Order: sequence, then structure tokens, then C-alpha cells
Amino acid sequence: MAAYKPVVVQACPKLGERITQDTLYWRGYKTPVQIKEFGAVNKIDFSPVPPYNYAVTASSRIHIYGRYSQEPIKTFSRFRDAAYCGTYRNDGRLLASGSEDGGIRLFDISGKAPLRQFEGHTKPVHVVGFLSDKYRIFSGGDDYSSNLWDIPSATEIVSYSEHTDYVRCGCASKVNADVFITGSYDHTVKLFDARTKTSVMTIEHGHPVESVLLFPSGGLLVSAGRGRYVKVWDVLKGGQLLVSLKNHHKTVTCLCLNSSGQRLLSGSLDRHVKIYSTTSYKVVHSFNYATSILSLALSPEDETIVVGMTNGVLNVKHRKPEEKNEKSQKKRQPTYRTYVKGRTYMPKQEDFCVSKPVKRVLRKYDKLLRSFQSSKALDAVLEPPIMLHTPEVTVAVMQELHRRGTLRSALAGRDEKQVNLLLTFVARRVIEPRFTSVLVTVADMITDIYQPVVGQSAIVDKQFLKLQEAIGKEIDYQEELLEVLGMMDTLFATFTKKRDTCLEESKSNGLTEIIETNRNY
Amino acid sequence: MVSPGALRVVRCGGSALRGARAVYLLCASGDFVKVYSVNTEETLRLMGGHADLVTGIQLNPHNHMQLYSSSLDGTIKLWDFMDGIPIKTFTVGSKLLALYTPATAEDSVFVVIPKKGERDTFQLVSVKLTKGAGQDLEAKELSVVLDGVGASMKHIAFGRDVAYVVSVKDVNLQVYFFKRKLLNRFSLSTMKTKGGDNHFSCVVCHPTEDCIATGHADGKIRLWRNFHHRKEYTYSTLHWHHDIVMDLAFSMEGTRLLSGGVESVVVQWHNESSCQKDFLPRLGSPIEYISMSSDGALCCTLHTDNRITIINSNLRFSRSIQGLIKSRDVKTGLVVDPRTKALVLNGEPGHLQFYSIQSDQQLFSLDIVQRQYIHQAGLKQSDLVKVAFSAQGTWLATVEESEEVTDPELQLKLWFYHEETQSFQLNTRINTPHDNHITDMCFRDMDELGDDSLILVTTGRDCVFKVWVMVEDTDPEAQQSVSWSCDFVGSYHNYQATNCCFSEDGSLLAVSFEEIVTVWDSLTWDLKCTFCHPPGNIRNICFGRLTCSKYLIGATDYGFLCCWNLLTCALEWSAHLNIVVLQPDPLSEHIAAVSWLSKESSLFVFKPNEPRPIYIQRNLCKEKILLAAFVPRDEPEVISSEKYLWLRKSQLFFLTDTQELMTLSTKSLEERLTPSSKQLAVEENLPVTPFSLLLGKHRRQQAQEDIDLGKPVVRNKQEQASPAVKELLHTPAHVLPSASFLCTIFINSLLISKENKSAEEVADEAEMESEKAEDDSDEEDVTEMEQEDTSHMELLGEMTCKLSKSQEKELRKIRKTDYSWISAF
Repeated sequence: MAAYKPVVVQACPKLGERITQDTLYWRGYKTPVQIKEFGAVNKIDFSPVPPYNYAVTASSRIHIYGRYSQEPIKTFSRFRDAAYCGTYRNDGRLLASGSEDGGIRLFDISGKAPLRQFEGHTKPVHVVGFLSDKYRIFSGGDDYSSNLWDIPSATEIVSYSEHTDYVRCGCASKVNADVFITGSYDHTVKLFDARTKTSVMTIEHGHPVESVLLFPSGGLLVSAGRGRYVKVWDVLKGGQLLVSLKNHHKTVTCLCLNSSGQRLLSGSLDRHVKIYSTTSYKVVHSFNYATSILSLALSPEDETIVVGMTNGVLNVKHRKPEEKNEKSQKKRQPTYRTYVKGRTYMPKQEDFCVSKPVKRVLRKYDKLLRSFQSSKALDAVLEPPIMLHTPEVTVAVMQELHRRGTLRSALAGRDEKQVNLLLTFVARRVIEPRFTSVLVTVADMITDIYQPVVGQSAIVDKQFLKLQEAIGKEIDYQEELLEVLGMMDTLFATFTKKRDTCLEESKSNGLTEIIETNRNY
Repeated sequence: MVSPGALRVVRCGGSALRGARAVYLLCASGDFVKVYSVNTEETLRLMGGHADLVTGIQLNPHNHMQLYSSSLDGTIKLWDFMDGIPIKTFTVGSKLLALYTPATAEDSVFVVIPKKGERDTFQLVSVKLTKGAGQDLEAKELSVVLDGVGASMKHIAFGRDVAYVVSVKDVNLQVYFFKRKLLNRFSLSTMKTKGGDNHFSCVVCHPTEDCIATGHADGKIRLWRNFHHRKEYTYSTLHWHHDIVMDLAFSMEGTRLLSGGVESVVVQWHNESSCQKDFLPRLGSPIEYISMSSDGALCCTLHTDNRITIINSNLRFSRSIQGLIKSRDVKTGLVVDPRTKALVLNGEPGHLQFYSIQSDQQLFSLDIVQRQYIHQAGLKQSDLVKVAFSAQGTWLATVEESEEVTDPELQLKLWFYHEETQSFQLNTRINTPHDNHITDMCFRDMDELGDDSLILVTTGRDCVFKVWVMVEDTDPEAQQSVSWSCDFVGSYHNYQATNCCFSEDGSLLAVSFEEIVTVWDSLTWDLKCTFCHPPGNIRNICFGRLTCSKYLIGATDYGFLCCWNLLTCALEWSAHLNIVVLQPDPLSEHIAAVSWLSKESSLFVFKPNEPRPIYIQRNLCKEKILLAAFVPRDEPEVISSEKYLWLRKSQLFFLTDTQELMTLSTKSLEERLTPSSKQLAVEENLPVTPFSLLLGKHRRQQAQEDIDLGKPVVRNKQEQASPAVKELLHTPAHVLPSASFLCTIFINSLLISKENKSAEEVADEAEMESEKAEDDSDEEDVTEMEQEDTSHMELLGEMTCKLSKSQEKELRKIRKTDYSWISAF
């Protein structure tokens, strides 16, 4: 004996974006908080220690923001000109920054005045960073040189002038205290070892480099820049190109890894942030922003995404708290424990096992359909939550009723309010291709049934007019589409030779299908 | 020699009823009476002997081991159904349409026969069964009881203690009281119900009270009382069914009434009140008959799709017995599952049945449509129309469509065989793959290449054929790694595509467009050439195989069979034949073609390279053959005659328009029905008694010891403990010596002997060997068994329980007598 089979709800794959684990994860942010800065935000850096404040470098100031504060909790403004690249040390206590005048300043987080000033660059310094031993700073300037500084003595240790253009980005290795890289507008990324006098490795990016990034393991290097490419290099194999990604259509300005190291984020002047999987190097998600992006940072645990724009707007997104799950789990805990009792018990050989039949949970409309209560089943799926959020369920039940031959009687005998509800739904959804075939029959039946009472209720009449309007619009639209198709067909006909007739048909097929479905008006 | 033996007659005439202990289920099936075991659902016996449809079976009320059966050939047979032996045959003369054996009537049974001289009028007569010595007796003593009765056996019922008999026909109810010789007629007015049709459909009588229950065509059940009076009779109505009540049955005490109909729901009415009722819904297909066992513990329903469902007394589904399910229309064709070698065709509505030919059992039923089927007339519900398997059986493609002509709701589903769950799982579902009906579908059959080369082609009435390929999902986190999508759409001058077929190596695809066959390159999808041999649309096409792979065969509407040579692109030969079915053998070059000419089907078997057929069988059967399939044999059969060599590697099966499955066989019917399983079945069906428990324990213990000793014992042989014990258990009780004589021997045999030493053993074995030589002459089967067993014993060595020489001899004697007794029959 077969059990009752629930109504099959057609899962229609949504065109365009597909829902994956990643989309769900990256969508789990609240609506962004916008903070206006004084100029273009060129660097955002999160403090590596709690409470994870972040430093925002814009114009001639560095603002430190708390996690949820909208006002800066601290400001470093002792700059004569634009400040660049305010970067935390890995213990979160010191902050270094370059500036337009070529000086590098080192601040204590608690203090106001700079602790040290490193003078030596003759042109603006766009990149500074701490080496992982905490006592040295590297910098890159527009004077084509990359320098290494000693913090205690505030002196220059070594200066490499190997680049032939502005040095605009850099990154220090986390595993080796002597290794850092810099990327330059001369299309190269150079890897320096503080123990040697020259660069250890040169990687040809092929375009001016705007951002570089080293993976935490130090084995992989990511570079990005003007050419819209994001390139991943294997450092251990001597700088071999691993993969080249071209997903942006403007200069890529910033790169960032998420806290687990599984995802790579890139921001670009094309207003997009793309998120790549570091295993497959495929885009798994992307964010849209209002203006071109200059800088990007992700807090530990991916709690906050901060994006800086060219127009000085700082966009801060916080992760939605997942309190709901915790609460329900807490509630269930004791019952779960009793439920679990004896679960580990292994039946002995002479034990007689009685299996409990699994109780199947049916939806409300399925229960009603099982007992052939057509009208009530239709009522159940016309409830607003189902009707609004899962119209496919409503349509599936309508189709099932039609299949059983009881749709007409289920639609009949309804009052003004319910007819209004029905007509609203039909008028709204009838133009969706996946629902059209079913809803056209429904609309036919409704007009048939309620024809005698037209004119008695203003609301229902209005809905009928709306339905007419929706269908009229759709017909116009389809006619236009047909025209376009005709034009395309003539084009294809001129392109293709005689023997490729079938190719053309396969291409036009996608469009004809849509039209077929709507032809029965 | 070659006989079209009906493998299974699908129609289920007659009712099912049970043996006294509710252990056996008897069912009239076509010309046979089948005995099923209730516990294992296995067919224990097939009792054949009637020359025509068996119309009624009833237990002998005076001996519950005997069974009466009546048939359209005009005979009543008395059977011993335990052994499957016909005891007596009574020849009545005219067609027998129903049979009743009420308990009190001595030596006489009641049958329904057509009235002489009048068409469509039937009468209930009582037949005196003469007592005679011979097997074949004449029973000509007929006395008419009732005139103008219904032809179906559901239209007549006998009241309690056979005081009266009730017959219904159209809107009339007749009650005849035997004692008083009184006939009461009641009739319902046809105008009474608005639009409803209140004709009687069935009648049953209460077992203990004077009450008659009748079922009606409008779904009502009426309970009649007080029918002794012509005027003051009363009836009450029970109404649940929305369509005709097919059958009714009272429980043994009469407290419950079961009814069933088209809805395929068994309704149980308590105490004849309409408020208290229980349901057993969704039994799969309309109920035809309901029958209660005589102890009231079980009930069984017979369904229109050739299935028996057994139901517990508390209205729980217990088990079902099913062979080939009869579906309304076999649209899928006969397909052979490459994995199980089972025939695959439409089963229950929306299901695909896998039917094993070897065991005459349904292996499993795959739910394709996955929608609730509503048993109601006039509904257009989607059903399965096309099925295709890939070469290894890993992929299954199915097409379902609703019956609506104008706007068919089409779905193409692709199923992947999941090794772990051992079943097909849905991989891809494509809505409206074509804009119109799909006419044909095939996979590219390539054994040597991997799954990458798998291609599915569908042809549709929307004038295109589509090529579907597997696409690997690029997303690493996706659940499925592959899915199917359309790769190519081809058409030819806007003709409807009707058939498609891949060549054996998969390099060419032939698609027929109405009158034209097109051949496409399967790599580049270029049109290679076209063939046309007017007049007539192409009905079937297929490529030759093996040595004949350069030929393409096509059959047309106007009765032409054409063979084209693909190398020269020219017509090789053609023949004027109205071919209905064209089926290539997958394992040889042979192609079977079935033609339909003036009410008879003929079979032609030919090789494409020569226009002369190898084998012709005219007048294969009277029915139109719709479908055919070659089922590969497990091992090639030894066929001496050259004429039948084409049957060596595979067997040909046909399905006729009356849904009978037939095959061609070189063996006679008796040979094919292997009796080996019967003995086994009886043994398995032994009830659990203390004795069997003792024996089972003994065997298990023995098996355990074998394992403990770590000896290389073949597992399946362990069950046969000792040939003597087995013989003893298989010998009917009445030919055995007295129990007191056997007891000690038997008990001794069960003891584990410890002192058996090697010298003695060797001597024993030598003895056995010589005795075996004698046995060879009279019984072959047994010697085989013994040989197995001796080897077994050698392996077991001293731990085996063995009979002493004298005991062995004793039992052997017993066995010999046993077989001589059987040979007497």
C-alpha cells in the first residue's frame, strides 16, 4: 500500500544568481552604516587584537573607529599633507603611516604625538608596514625606493631602489620576519629579504600593481592592479603563475583575505567587491557599492566589512547576530537529552527490536488534499505568507486541483474579499512564465464563475481591470520580443551558410520557448 | 515444436479464496488455478487442466483439502490442491459461468449456465455430481433453480444455512426460498435517483442473520431485511463510494462488511451502520473482488491490474502478490534492463515495473511521476510514455506526459542508478523538453567508452530532435556533480521526427522524419545523407549489428521493409510486408519483424545482409502483437536445430494488445515449469512447530561448528544436513513406516557421534558409493544431491552426524517406495 504522495512543488531554478552556502554567508550582514570622511579613503586596517578597532586613513587624518561607533574614538591629525596607509602592528599597539611629504610617522595607540619620525624618502610614501618581528618597518615611496627602518633607533637599515616606478603597495610575510614584498607601477612585484642587499625574486605582473597580498602560509602571492587582472603566484615554485582572474572591469585597488583564509576578496574601481574561493578561484559572491572602491578590510571572524570609497564614504557592514538558533537550542536541550537516552544501547542477540514507524509530517494543504477537501486546500495556500513568499506552492496546489478536476468548484462560492485576494495573486503572477500555463486556466475559470456578479463590487472590478492591464502589457512585450527575434533571424541567416541551418535554430530556440508559453492568451 | 506458450495470462478471472488454515491462497488465473503461500507470497502450484478460462473456484465444503473449479469448457474439476492432483472431472456440457458450493447441499453444486436458445440469458442450475469410480464422469442431471440471473459470480449469493438464494440483475433482486419454494422479487425504480445509476453490481448474504447486502453502480450499499414478505421488506443504505461498488464481503461473524470499488479503498462498515467505518486507502488500483478467509483472520482483494493484496483482520496491509502488472496501456514499450535482465514496462499508473521473467515476479516498481494518483474516471493524469536505458543500466531516461492532446504537460527525467541504495535516483528533471509529444528516445550505446560519451536523443512531434548531454557542475560545493542539458537541436524541413536510432559504434544517428530517414554524424552533428523510399511514413528504423552494421533497416506505413546500405547509400533490398514491430537482437545480427495481416500476426527473423528470412512463423497468434523484446539469456541455450539458432543467445518476448506476454520456446510447457522449487517451497512453508525449532537449532549448531573449525565449507550446502534426514522430511507421512519405528533412528541421526573413526567411515563411504550406482538408474536428481552431500561430509569429517549403515539402508528403502508411489500418478 502506498503512502500519500505530497504535492510536487516545482522548484524552478532562479536565473542569474544561485543560492549557495557562500551567498547565504555573505548575505548575512546588516544594512551598511555610511560614515563620511574628509577625502578618499586610501587604507583601512583592523587592529589584530580585541576590541578590533580599525584605522581609516583619509585625507590628512587617521581616524580610529570602534566596532560599532559611528564617530571616531581617536584621531591622528598631525599631518601637514595627505596621510597614507595607516597600519597597525600585529600586537595592535603601534600604528605607522606614510605621508605626502615623504615622512613616515609612528604613533602609539594611546598617545597623540608621533613616537618616531622616519625621514629619508624624497617623495610621498604610499605604503608602510611592520615586519613580523615588530621592530622593523618597511616602506615604499614614489621615489621608486623601498626602505627598511629600525624602530628603536629610527634609522634606515637598508634602501632598495630596484623599482623603476612608484611603489604603491606592499606586504610583509607572517612566517619570516625578514621577508616583505612591494608592488610597483613598473609592472613588477619584488620580494625582498632584509638579509640580502638585492631583491630575491621579481614577478612580472604585466600591469601597474595596485595591491599585493601574501597568504598566511607565505607560499602564495596575490597581485592586482590596472589591468583588471588578479593574479595568484606560487612563491615557492619561484614565482610561477598559478591562476589569473579577470572578473573586474576596472582597476583592482585592494585585496583582502577573510579570517579563515578560504576566501579572497578584491575591491575595484568598478564598484564591486568579488569574493573568490581560494580552492577553485571561482567567484562565489560579489557585493555592489555606490562608488568606486579604494580600500577594503575584513575584521577577524568576518564580523565587519569596511569599504572605503573614492568619494570619502566609509561603508561599514556588521554581521547579523545568530541569536535565534542559540535560543532554540537552549530550550531544547533537556528534552533532547531525554530523547537521546539509551541511544547508545546496543541490542543484544536475543533482543527483539521493534522499530517505531516514522511519522511523516504533511503540510496543511497536503492534509486537506488527502481528504479531498479542495476548497479548504485552496484556502490554505491563499494565506498571505504562502501566497507572497512561495507563490510556487500556491500554483502547484492549483495545478493539482486542476488535475483532479475540482479547481472550478474550489474557486467558486467565494466572497468579495477572497475573490479580491485571488485576483490580486493571479494578476501579479500570471506574467511569470513558470506560472503562466496554470494561472491562465485559473483566470479563465474566475472570469467564468464571477461574470454574473461583475459590477456589484468596486474592489473586484478594479482587480479585473488590473488583470486585463497586466495581460495587455505582457502581450505588447511579447510582440516586441518577436520583432527582435525576427531581426535576429535575418542577421543569422546572412551569417550562416546553407548547411548550418540547424545551428541557427538551436540558438533561437531559447527565445521561442518563452513565446510559446505566452501565446495562448 | 515451437509453441507460442502464454507465459502468463494476465486477466484475472474468478475469485480468490483460501484454504482452511489461511495458509494457502487459491486463485483462478486464466486457464489455471494457482495456489499461493500466504506467508511467502510464492506460487506453490499451478494446476492446469481446463481447456478454457476458469470461471469459479470453491472449496469442497465437506473436505477442506479439496477444491471445485468450473470453466468455460463445460467441466467441473475436483482437485486435491495440496498436491495439485485432479481427482475427478465432471463434464456438464454447456459453458459454466459461475460455481457455488453451499455446505448443506449434498453431492450437488450450483452453476450458472447460459439458457438454451436465448442469448445473454443465464440460469442458475444445480448439478448432481454422480459418484463413480472413474476420473472422468458425466454430470447431466441439471435442475433449474433460478432463471434470468446475472452472468457474473458476484450476482448470486446463498443465504445462511442455504435457506435461500439471492440473485440480482439490473434493478431486480430475486430471493428464492428452498424450503418454501417461494420466489420473491423486488425491484428498484430506475427513476428514483437523479442521474445516478442504481443498478445492482454485487450481492452478499449475512452469514448468521437474514440480511442481504447489495452493491450498486452509483456507489450505494443497501442492506435488505425482512425480505420474507413481499411488501413489508425494509432496506437501509450505506453510502461512501462515489463510483460502482465492485464487491462486498461479510466477515465470518457478520459484524463487519467490507466493500471496495474503483477508488481502490477498502471500506469496513461496522454493525451495518454508516457512521462507523474504517478505511484502507491507496491500494494501488481498482478492487475487483474481495474475499475473506474461512477463519476470518485475513482478507484479500483482487485488483484490476493483476494483483492480490492480503489484508489483516484489523485492516492493515499485510502483503501483496503480484506478477506482471496489467496497466491500461503499455506506452513505454518492452525494454530490457541491462542490469537485471528484467523486462521494464508501465506498471501501476505513473510507475515503472521491473518484471523478472525467470521468476515471474515483479522485482520492483519505480515511482516516476511521483504524484498522487486519483482513481476516478475521466481525469487526465500524467503517465509514463517513454523509457530508455543506457548500455550498462546506470542511466535511465523517462518521459511522462498528461493525456491532454492539445497542450501536453511533458517532463523528461533522468535517473542515475545509485549503487548504495540499489535503486534509481532522480538526477535531472526537464520540463517541456519538446513543445509537442515525444515520439522516440534513445541513448548512445557504447560499452567501451566511459560515461562522457553518453548522449540521449529525443525526437518530437514539434519537428525537431534534441541531443542531451551530461554537463559537469563546475561549482565544487554543489550536491550533484553532473546534470543534463540540451546540446543540439536538429530538424529537417519541418517534418515531424518520428524515430531515432544510434548505430552500434555510436558514430551515426538515424532519425526518421515522416517519410525520410536522415543520417547524422554524432560527433559534428552534420547531416550525412538521407534515405527515402516512398510511399509511407517510417514506422520503425534500426541499424544492423556486428557483421551487418553497414545496413539500416526501416519499416513504413504502407507495408514496406527496406534495407539500405550505408556504404553505398543505396537501397539494398526491400520487401512488401506490413511490419508492426521491428526488433534487433542486441547479441547477434538477427532482426525480428512482426507483421500484421488480416487478423493474424506473423514473425519473420532475418539478417540484414540477405533478403531471405531465416525463420518464418505464420499465424503466431490471433491478437495483434504490439511490442517485442529480446531478452539475453544467462547462458546460451543448446539448440540442435539450425532453424532455431537465432534463439540461442536471447529469447524473444511479445506483448499483444490484450496484454498477454508470450515467448517462443523450443521446449514444451512441462519442461519449462521447473518443478524444483516446489519441494523447497513446501519446506519453507512448514509452520513453526517445536519440532522444526529443534531441527533448526540442530542445523545452526552444526553450521556454527563448521565455522569454528575453520574448514573450507561451501556455505549453501550446509543446509542439507544429511540426505536421509532430508528424505525423511520430504516423504509424505502416509507412506512412512510407523513413527515409533522411525523415532529412534531419527533421534540417533541427530546426535553428534564422537566415536566414528576413520576406518569405519571409509568403509561406509565405499558402501554408499556402490549403492549410489544403483540409484543412478532410477533417480537422477537425488544422486546429484547425494554427491554434493558426500563431498560435504568428507569436508566435515568426524564432526558430521552420520547415519549408520543399517539406518541408511532403511531410509533408502523408504525413499524408493516413495518414488514408486509418485510414479503411479
